[in-house]
This record gives sequence, structure tokens and C-alpha cells, in this order.
Amino acid sequence: MFAGWGKTDLKEVRMNRFLSLAAAFICAGALGVTGGVSSSHAKEKIKVGFVGPLTGGTSANGLGGRNSADLAVRLRNADAEAKYEYEMVALDDECKPNVGVQQATKLATDKEIIAAATHYCSAVAIATVDVYHKFGLPVIVWGAVLPDITYRNKYAEVHRVNGTMINQNERNAELSSSLGYKTFAVIHDTTDYGKGHNKYFSEALAKHGGKIVGTFGVTSDQQDFSAELTQIKSLNPQAIYFGGLTPIGVRIRGQMDKLGLNTVLFDGTSGIKSDSYIDGLGKLAEGSLSFIEGAPTELLPGGKFFLEKYNDQNYPSPPEAYGGFAFAAMNLILDTIEQVGSDRKKVQATLNKVKDRDSIVGKITFDDHGQNTVALITAFVVQDGKWVVWEDSEYASGKRKLPGQK
Amino acid sequence: MDLGLVAQYTMNGLMLGMMYALVAVGFTLFFGVLDVIKFSHGDVLTVGAFTALASFIGLQSIGLTSDAVELLAMLVAALGAMALLGAFIARAFILPLRSAPALNTLLITLMLGTVLREAVRLFYPDGANPKPFPRLLPADSINIGNFNLRLDNAILLTAGALVIVGLQLLLNRTKLGLAIRAVAQDEETAKTMGVNFNAIVLITFAIGSALAAFAGLMNGLYYNEINFGIGLYLGVVGFSAAIIGGLGSIYGAILGGFLFAGLQTIGAVALPFASAYKDVFAFAVVIALMAWRPTGLIPEKLSERV
Repeated sequence: MFAGWGKTDLKEVRMNRFLSLAAAFICAGALGVTGGVSSSHAKEKIKVGFVGPLTGGTSANGLGGRNSADLAVRLRNADAEAKYEYEMVALDDECKPNVGVQQATKLATDKEIIAAATHYCSAVAIATVDVYHKFGLPVIVWGAVLPDITYRNKYAEVHRVNGTMINQNERNAELSSSLGYKTFAVIHDTTDYGKGHNKYFSEALAKHGGKIVGTFGVTSDQQDFSAELTQIKSLNPQAIYFGGLTPIGVRIRGQMDKLGLNTVLFDGTSGIKSDSYIDGLGKLAEGSLSFIEGAPTELLPGGKFFLEKYNDQNYPSPPEAYGGFAFAAMNLILDTIEQVGSDRKKVQATLNKVKDRDSIVGKITFDDHGQNTVALITAFVVQDGKWVVWEDSEYASGKRKLPGQK
Repeated sequence: MDLGLVAQYTMNGLMLGMMYALVAVGFTLFFGVLDVIKFSHGDVLTVGAFTALASFIGLQSIGLTSDAVELLAMLVAALGAMALLGAFIARAFILPLRSAPALNTLLITLMLGTVLREAVRLFYPDGANPKPFPRLLPADSINIGNFNLRLDNAILLTAGALVIVGLQLLLNRTKLGLAIRAVAQDEETAKTMGVNFNAIVLITFAIGSALAAFAGLMNGLYYNEINFGIGLYLGVVGFSAAIIGGLGSIYGAILGGFLFAGLQTIGAVALPFASAYKDVFAFAVVIALMAWRPTGLIPEKLSERV
């Protein structure tokens, strides 16, 4: 355990050294270009933090987020008009709540750090909100989607630029209603994840005038759904909404076919947005819907600008799905510090009032829980064995019809 | 309730019950001859299903496209391989532990089951993901009101029934069956009568494991999807079915299997609360039944050994 600590520290020291070197290098470059603006020597140095999974199974997303946040810092440091010089401290939460809490404490108790972009994994993000609240560090979550992170408490320190499963279910209800689906049967797994989907979808659907004819909670490893589906068949809904993950999603869609439920839309969530859903079902996957928070980076409002700048830096790994959000979060932090200076309280107060702020992920407005309310959601549909962005699909253009669509 | 719906529920329940019964019969056979509980039985089913899938993919790659031939080859490969695996497990892990406490056999087979399951997950290509299982049976169906009768389901149900009838004939009408029953009744006497005890045990384990492979294949053809975890759940249900039926009794296992499926269907349909509790309901009834009839509904005819 102690060895582990030593290693983390060493890695971090190396990382810091690398980042400060990189920052210094870029500053030097900027000086060279501008012919040496004397005032930049006097710039005050300010530290900001970043936390994400930099090792382990989700490290691709963590590293993409880290690079993207780093890009925001580099661009700012290269900007001659910036009032301060920034240094980013990047820590690894390993996507583990216990590690995340340690790293959050490390960041939050370092008074030199003014604000931070934090966490990709929901389980880590929800575990650390209390730490940030206790030590008064303003943070912006850049990737985790569990609503509770912003909505369970009303912590003024915690903000989030990406959407939650609330947003995704609103988009889902809106899209399916607009396509003429009015009656739904809900199948959800009985974990917090599935229950959350059920709750938020039911609420969103009510707003759009849709009706839920039956709700079925199932265990996340159930094999046989014939009893539930037979009951659903007798309720005769136009669509089955499924709040759960790929493995049972595959089974439910497969067994719908067995019971002759092929004119019913299979309306999924981010939980089935994976290639293994299509691999598991083959042709039956055709016409299934799913929704994810965020968008393919190139489709973000400022995606093109972001990708160009990102590629200029020659990072060894791509930004991944949430890189744009990490960039937007860090950029928002830097903007705020430029505006009010290196004071956590002032930064927090200013962040809480963010409204209609332009960013590469679109306009950002924080509600009274610090949640971005205009978050972007992308709908997908399976077309010819691939998840296709809804707007680009032949289903949206009217060339093909979804199951049961009139 | 609409008659078509009742028919649909009954059909669903029968399909489930047939699979449970086939697994339960294996448990009861093993307990009959050796008085052991082999907890890796469910995972043998998984390996059987994956063997069938692998042989299907193999046949496809050599360009074979006839559904019937493929199905036959899968059946032979899965049943044959699992019969061998079952006999091997008996030879290598169960027979050597004959004189050890029964708990040891239970533990070793429990661990073996985990090894089999994890081996499928780790060594089958992308084994952690659900795998599509080919549709090889004709998918014609007739709709009678709310009842959707599919030809493939009817074929599977008939095949399952034939297998059980066949097993029954094997046990009651053949010399091999006589030997198995003799060993089950009294090992010592059977040996004195010239029955090759070890061979009979191995054959029994081979038969039981081939039944599990059949159930695995049936599972794949019914759901058109298999994953490395199917055997775990079917193993627990099959074991419970064998226990409520009366461990050691073939009829009891079959009865137990269908009873359990019936309870699950009732739990999902007739009870006012959400279907999430159907397993809670089914297992609670099993507990109540066991309290009422500790030796099962149809207990094994025992001659008390002194």
C-alpha cells in the first residue's frame, strides 16, 4: 500500500514536471511569435485540477479527457491576452470510488488549486461530491451521467457540463412521441441505473402525453422474459421502452420476435448503445433506438475547431466521446478565473451564475443544482447492422419505417 | 383472462419446464448412483451449448448450409463431447473422493463449475458477450387469437419429451438400465452380482451430462442467444427442481422442473406485484414445499443401509 502511494506520487511529480515543462515551452513559443511581450513575465501562476480514470478499463476515456483539458490550458497559456499562467494537476481516480475520494481530497486540500474538472465514472463522481463540498473546491464534472451527482444534494461547488440520464430520457420521449408512439410498456432492470431510467422516462413521457400501459422490473441476469412479454402483448403497446444494459436487452429483443411482437418499437437507452447489442441479435437489431449523452465529437457545435487544435498537439490518444466536454469544462474554469481571479469562493459564485455561455459543446446554462440544462443528446438507430445517428438515418428521412410506425 | 393468453402462458411454461426437467434429471441420476451432488452440472450445459455453437461455426466455415445436417452435427458434437466431459469429471474428481465427506465432492464440483464457466468467458472468442445462436428450426407460426404457436417451439417440446421417454425406457427396459438401478439401490450387492460399478458410474455421468448438453442446445435454439452464465441459473433451478421432486427419483425431477416453471409463470402473471419478484415467489414456494415434504414430492425408494 505504501509502495502504491510512493508510485502515485512519483507519477504525479513526473506528470507535473511534464506539464509545467510543456506549458513553459508553449509560453516560450508564444513569446517567440509575439516578439517577447514583457508583461507576460509578470504573469501570476495559477493551478487547476483534473481527475479522471487514467489507468484501467476506462482509461481510454480518461486519457482523452485529460488531453482535452490539457489542450484548454495550453491554448490559454499560448494566449498573450490571458492574465494568468495556468498549470494543470492531473490525477488518476482509476474509476474506483475509494481511490477517487483520496485524489479528490488531495486536490481539494491543496489551497493553490482554484478549481477542477472532475470524473468520468458515475460511481466515483457521486462518492466525491461530499469532499469537494467539505473543502470548498469548485468543480465541473466532465463525463459522469448519474443524475444524483448534481441532484442528490444542492452543493454550490458541484457543476456538470454533460447531460444526465434525465436529458437522455427527455430526448427519448420527445423523439418517440413525435414519431407517433403513444403507448409504451416499460421493462427496466432493478438496479439504481435501470430504476433511474424508468423514473425519468416515465416523467418525460407524461409531459409529451404518452401513456405507460405496464411497468416490469426484471433482474439484470434474467434469461426468460416470455411471461413479461406475453403480458405486454396482451396490453398491446406501440413500443417497449427498455432501461437496462446490453445482455438482457439482447434477450428481450430476441424473445419479442419469438412471441410475434415484431411490430413493436424497441426503444432503448445508452445502456444498449454498444456493438455487442448488434452482434448478439443480427438482423433483429434493425430499427432499435438508443440515446447517449454527448455526441460524436465531430458533430459538436465547436467540434471541428476542437479536433483541429487537438490534432495540432499530437497527443498519443484520441479525445474519445467525452473529450469535448472535458475541454469545455476546463475552458469554463479558465474563463471564470480570468474574470474574477484566483479565489475559490468568487470562482464558485460566478460559475453558479453561468447562463447561455457559448462553448464547443453548445450553450452552457447551470441550473440551481449546477447542472447544464441545455445538454446535448444524440439519438441512434440501428440501420443495416450499425448504430447510425438518427438525423443521418434513412428512418429520419422517411425512407424507411420503424417497427409499428404509421 | 383471454383463452389465447392462457394458452400462450402454458406454452411458455412448458418450454421452461422441459429445460428445467432435463437439468433436474441429471442431478437426480448422479445422486441416485453415487449419492453425490454435482454442482458443475449447469456449467456442463453451458459448455455443451457453446460446443454446439462452435461446431455450427466450424460447419459454416467449410461451406455446409443444410440446416438439418448442421443441427444433427451440432447435436452429435455437443452430446458426445459433454458425455465424455461428464465421464471425465466423474473419473477424475468424483470417484477418487468416494470415501471423503460428501461436502468435499460438493465443493470440488462447485469450483469446477466456476472453472468451466470462466473458461468459456475467457477462452471462447469474445466469450463475455452474449452470442447469437443460429435459427435452424422452421420458424412458421400460427396465430390463434393471442396465442402464437411456433413450429420450432413445438418441435423442441416434442424432442424434449422424446428424450425423457427414451431415458425412461433405457432405465426400465434395458440391461444397462437394470445395472444403473442396481447400483443406485445397493452398491455392494450390485458389485457381488457382477456389475462393473466404475463403468456404470461413468456411463451414468455420461448420460446425465449428455442430457445437460441437450438442454443447452434446446436453450440456444429457443432463445437464439447463449452466454457464459446460462448454466449457473439453470443449475440452481434444476437442482431445486430435483430436490422438490425428491432427489433420486426421475419422475420427481420431471415433476419438479415443470412445477418450478409453473410457479415462475404464476409469479409473473397472477401476482399483483411486479414480475421482478417471480423468482422470489417460486423459490419461497420451494422452501415451503421442502418444509412440508423434506424428502421431496416423490421420494426415492430407499432401502436403509445398516
